[in-house]
Amino acid sequence: MTIGDHISSRVEQVPPSGIRRFFELAEEVDDVISLGVGEPDFSAPWAARTAAIDSLERGKTSYTSNRGMRELREAISERVTRYGQEYDPDDEIIVTTGASEAVDLAFRAFVDDGDVVAIPQPSYISYTPGAVFAGGDPLPVPTHAEDEFKLTRDALDAAGADEADVLVLCYPNNPTGAVMTDDELAEVAAFVEEHDLLVLSDEIYADLRYEDEHASIATHPGMRERTIVFNGFSKAYAMTGLRLGYAMGPPEAIDAMNKVHQYAMLSAPTTAQYAALEALRSCDDAVEEMRREYDRRRRFVLARFDEMGIDCFEAKGAFYVFPEAPDGDDEAFAEGLLEEQNVALVPGSVFGSGGEGHLRVSYATSMRELREAMDRIEAYVSD
Amino acid sequence: MDKQSLLDLLRHDARESVDDIARQLGADADAVAAALEELEDDGVIRGYQAVVDWDRVDEERVRAQVEVDVELDRETGYEQIARRIARFPEVATLRLVSGDYDFFIEVEGDSMHDVSNFVSERIAPIPEVTKTVTHFVMDSYKEEGIELGDGDDDDRLSVSP
Repeated sequence: MTIGDHISSRVEQVPPSGIRRFFELAEEVDDVISLGVGEPDFSAPWAARTAAIDSLERGKTSYTSNRGMRELREAISERVTRYGQEYDPDDEIIVTTGASEAVDLAFRAFVDDGDVVAIPQPSYISYTPGAVFAGGDPLPVPTHAEDEFKLTRDALDAAGADEADVLVLCYPNNPTGAVMTDDELAEVAAFVEEHDLLVLSDEIYADLRYEDEHASIATHPGMRERTIVFNGFSKAYAMTGLRLGYAMGPPEAIDAMNKVHQYAMLSAPTTAQYAALEALRSCDDAVEEMRREYDRRRRFVLARFDEMGIDCFEAKGAFYVFPEAPDGDDEAFAEGLLEEQNVALVPGSVFGSGGEGHLRVSYATSMRELREAMDRIEAYVSD
Repeated sequence: MDKQSLLDLLRHDARESVDDIARQLGADADAVAAALEELEDDGVIRGYQAVVDWDRVDEERVRAQVEVDVELDRETGYEQIARRIARFPEVATLRLVSGDYDFFIEVEGDSMHDVSNFVSERIAPIPEVTKTVTHFVMDSYKEEGIELGDGDDDDRLSVSP
């Protein structure tokens, strides 16, 4: 008997991440320009960092309340009113170690063995394994370029999502940059209500929208009581390494998640909670400045792809665009580009069905590097 | 053409090509070129310069910040004195400021001796100048909003979720 014989079937059943394989390929290349990065190239606003430093200097190194510091929950409650969301800091918000932990808590709190978890794809790579680790049965719901990668009722029907127990949403979307409007979410909400689904809505990119306001399914009639909303500080506040997120939902839902959280994590990092509190209090201008910079880069990248004759729908959120691979084979294109031009993109198929034939291009990198990378992509395409 | 966005972009990187500016602003390249020309003609854009970290250049360069007090009379105002000081090529920056002194001057020279001589022989003798205080710059950590020195390496994973 070896340790390998003891590995759980749930873990064994999840294949290694495709992104990991591509990461290893990219690591072998010298002087790679990477457009494969799913995190901001900015540092957290200095005011937030100094708040973290200050908390350490004052010796604030103990656990906090399981649900997170009361002040922070109050600040979160106040903040999300801008998206039309109202949550009581007492019992409807939990602060977590990154939004990733919040998603994991929800899977463990709400998914029973064999429960069907509908996941619109292409999707962030952790949803499917997260559902499997919790004993669920992931159901891919492919979305399509011709629908601007939005989730439609037709897509839900075609995938058999009426049989699902849980629906995962992520808009603005990683990897496509797709967003959904209130009207489009209303259509999804009607389906959810009709088939009595629970919704897990990952809204981590809510502040990174470029043409209109963020819309949340949780604000639609009848949805608040069946939706858990995730958000966090990683993307808009460039605080990925501080690992701080939160979940919001009805009290019994947050209670259930807190039950898992208090045994698994106890509480989110205290230092990061102080940074997050300051971020909410005083860093709106910094977020807006980063958002404007991303927007300029987004326009630049979209224009360059257009000039190269590469089809790419107009991504309106997050910091990704999702163009078609010119020859249709995303893996071959990404590997060839890496090998010949030292530019790393992520093949769309890594993100599940619906992603094949596309490439995730992150513009969370400096204009200097972006310009050089786009020149190299053009050289590779025209070869 | 949103001129504020155009100016923001140039403040960030004045070397952007007209085509790249147009792509970022979602504008037509001809419209960007025309707006730039207008901003230059109107004197809004007065020049394009690099932000240099002189510590990384072998050549010796000495800078000093000089506080200048003046006494005005009926015929001479701040404007006249400023015009006179600004014409010296050694003066890189000249500002009228509030507080304990009247003008802030930044002077550049090849040596401390050069800078001292310039202040004592060119600025101090101006009839309206009553006092100068010279602060030599020992090190610079930030210029024009850009932090100088190391620390801008990108150590993120090359591919991440």
